[in-house]
Amino acid sequence: MIAALCWSVSGPVSARDALPATADPALEKRTMDLAAELRCLVCQNQTIADSDADLAVDLRNQVRRLLGEGKSEREVLDFMTARYGDFVLYRPPVKSSTALLWFGPPVLLVVGMFTLWTILRRRSRLSADRFDPDEYPEDDFDDHLAGTADAPVSRTAANRS
Amino acid sequence: MTRWQYLLPLALFGVLVAFLGTGLKLDPREVPSPLINKPAPAFALPRLDDPAQQISLQDMAGKVWVLNVWASWCAPCLLEHPLFVDLAKRKPVTLVGLNYKDKREDALNWLRRHGDPYTATMADAKGLVAIDYGVYGVPETFVIDKQGQVRFKHVGPVTPEVMRQDIEPLLKALDV
Repeated sequence: MIAALCWSVSGPVSARDALPATADPALEKRTMDLAAELRCLVCQNQTIADSDADLAVDLRNQVRRLLGEGKSEREVLDFMTARYGDFVLYRPPVKSSTALLWFGPPVLLVVGMFTLWTILRRRSRLSADRFDPDEYPEDDFDDHLAGTADAPVSRTAANRS
Repeated sequence: MTRWQYLLPLALFGVLVAFLGTGLKLDPREVPSPLINKPAPAFALPRLDDPAQQISLQDMAGKVWVLNVWASWCAPCLLEHPLFVDLAKRKPVTLVGLNYKDKREDALNWLRRHGDPYTATMADAKGLVAIDYGVYGVPETFVIDKQGQVRFKHVGPVTPEVMRQDIEPLLKALDV
């Protein structure tokens, strides 16, 4: 009984990833390559090559049609951005408006590394006993880094409290 | 360390809060339209009620008009529909429906059941005109001016606020 039910449910369901026989495999490859550069606006983290959304299918068909008409890849991408804006490009273009997106993280990394290097270098210049709080109990360590510390009060075993 | 150096992390935090606060108010899924202040794409489609007749962009020349993309299979379209029915009763607005990837019978039934505020509706069975307008979901609504320039686009169902604060004032301003 259950087996019969399973059969009836699986009957009308067709495999979505079965590709139709294409007349032109070279065109199909160019279409899919270009489709991988375009964002599906419905499932926005997928390309129209990956997405099963109706709009993705429609846009793939448009890509195929335009390439078939002899348009270049640049022209197909321009067709899409004219209608949907830069967001339809899966990889954001490098423009003045996206400069912060592209260059922000590497710049922050460089600034962070440089700051770390500078602090470590300054610390490495201090002698080892500076790091012992018992030797210099009144020290403000940060004054040493900034070079504004008072002259150290010398400690001997005699006057150490 | 001077006092000002202690305030630096707080200042950086302030900058971060500003960025995050702005970001939280934005809808990351909304795609801004590149058609704003550009000419409305040309089209010529059969009328829903009489497929033998066509509606084209030229028919709209010299008029301020609203393009509303809808479909009978679209639930949010039903949410906004009463607002358009109401608008059509109150104002002499040219409201053009773009019936997106729908069956003619279903679309006509939908209008019969829920009201037909449209001056005319055209049938975009393949959704190709919608692609020209950068439509990526239903419903979407456009306002186009007398010179044929797209002046406003709203993605998703129109709310009373959008109707009151965006669409109606714009229609008034463009109609002068």
